[in-house]
Amino acid sequence: MEEELKEVLKELNSLKQSFTDPSHRAPIDKIQLHVERIANLGNSGVRRSKVKDMSAEVVDSNPYSRLMALQRMGIVENYERIRDFSVAIVGVGGVGSVAAEMLTRCGIGRLLLYDYDKVELANMNRLFFRPEQVNMTKTDAAVQTLSDINPDVVLESYTLNITTVQGFDTFVSSLKNKSFRPNKEGSGVDLVLSCVDNYEARMAVNQGCNELNQTWMESGVSEDAVSGHIQLLIPGETACFACAPPLVVASGVDERTLKREGVCAASLPTTMGVIAGLLVQNTLKFLLNFGLVSPYLGYNSLKDFFPTMEMKPNPQCSNGACMERQKEYLILKPARDAAAKAKMEAETSLVVEAPLHLDNEWSISVVDESELDKVDAKTSDALPDGLIRELPSADDYQTQPNEASASSNIDDLEDLRKQLEALNG
Amino acid sequence: MEGWDPNTKSTLTQIPLLTIKAGPRDGAAWTQRLKEEYKALIAYTQMNKSNDNDWFRISAANPEGTRWTGKCWYVHNLLKYEFDLQFDIPVTYPTTAPELELPQIDGKTQKMYRGGKICLTVHFKPLWAKNCPRFGIAHALCLGLAPWLAAEIPILVDSGMIKHKDDATTSTDS
Repeated sequence: MEEELKEVLKELNSLKQSFTDPSHRAPIDKIQLHVERIANLGNSGVRRSKVKDMSAEVVDSNPYSRLMALQRMGIVENYERIRDFSVAIVGVGGVGSVAAEMLTRCGIGRLLLYDYDKVELANMNRLFFRPEQVNMTKTDAAVQTLSDINPDVVLESYTLNITTVQGFDTFVSSLKNKSFRPNKEGSGVDLVLSCVDNYEARMAVNQGCNELNQTWMESGVSEDAVSGHIQLLIPGETACFACAPPLVVASGVDERTLKREGVCAASLPTTMGVIAGLLVQNTLKFLLNFGLVSPYLGYNSLKDFFPTMEMKPNPQCSNGACMERQKEYLILKPARDAAAKAKMEAETSLVVEAPLHLDNEWSISVVDESELDKVDAKTSDALPDGLIRELPSADDYQTQPNEASASSNIDDLEDLRKQLEALNG
Repeated sequence: MEGWDPNTKSTLTQIPLLTIKAGPRDGAAWTQRLKEEYKALIAYTQMNKSNDNDWFRISAANPEGTRWTGKCWYVHNLLKYEFDLQFDIPVTYPTTAPELELPQIDGKTQKMYRGGKICLTVHFKPLWAKNCPRFGIAHALCLGLAPWLAAEIPILVDSGMIKHKDDATTSTDS
């Protein structure tokens, strides 16, 4: 349309030149003005310029006034810190794209987006993507929309599959890149959000984050689109994704009974939006340090039930990197306890010292819980003479069952390859 | 495994099991695993040939053995339907199974994810998860791809979604 309007303007101009009588020019000028106005209407991309500092000034033109008000309300101590944070979003689908938009509107410092898919018409029952973006890669389409919404956010997009060896390497090195905030400790991002739709990709995110000791949040929506969950994963401290493998039930199918229904999962913009909202809310609480960061939050939409729970890491986790992080976490326990104690003491010293209860008719006293645990563990561990345990105790189970394999390396890899090629020939 | 036909079961028991739990990022351990993969594939291919049930060709497309390409075929009503077969070994292998792809019939059946990845969720993934790390590529072909072809190809042919390449009826499996 823009091109057409330009042509019209050009023609009007040449028409105007052809008139010698100035009285004829006035109506043409009028038409010209109209055309220009139409051209401006179509050209709605009046992109706002970047904002250097977040201001709390309450004016219509300030994109951050409502967010900065969080400080005035006493919810967040320093909202502007959000500009220092980098968040990586793996999977820019029904949940990831909405989460990305929310963080963009919140003025997050930097977003890294990973996806290998393209936008399809079948995605239109979800939020964010528009029909005219069909066939664009999801990462490109997301960058297009997000940079329009908030040009202050630094966007990085990666069109790759993180489960492949090459994709995974790029994924990990992009997380390590610290050019955005060189003095940051640890990796180059503050949080990774997993918004993928399959087990393989979740395991890849889990692997990468365990290796980098990177805190991440997992999200998921069930195939029937009526429930979902978010989960906080801190390597070594909470359960990793491999610590509690999903319940696999072999349903005893054979080729004759393979279901014909198709693999198409159901999805709703509502459930996806709710999960994205919960995920980003937890992200903001984690980054800006307010409220309680949920370790796990489920959502069952049929009963409007929101279960929460905590999961400790599995001391027999099959993921090697997770085991290493667990070890590191245990080593740091005394330091952590001391810090917690110091903090507690600092807090209690502020409180006016006074006996909690004036009388203690029943002589109730408080016993240190950790001492109680020790006693318990000793007594329950003891077995009567002559009895032994059949199974090793969980903490001692460290032997890997792979030792018998040493015998199989007689053959040369190249020989084996040739042998298979000979069969293929 | 109840519900699987006795043929598949007896074939499966003859494919050597693997022992090393190592993925493509595990260096020397992966090389060892790769050797086991080759041994299992060789045994399975030999077994298929001797049982006159040869149905695939597969070989590593890179020296690291992380990408595999080949062909697989299925005979329906005495006509042979052949497809390109490809897959990557995922970084989290063998915890997660390879995603087998038949790119030529991408989009022709619902039982497929984008890029021609066949759906293994119901009939194969639970078995793989339970038998990690003992199952390898050969097992994935035997328990994942073979039943999928047996279930899908007749339906795709009968519904006209795939047509037989007439000139391909004479032997291509030399």
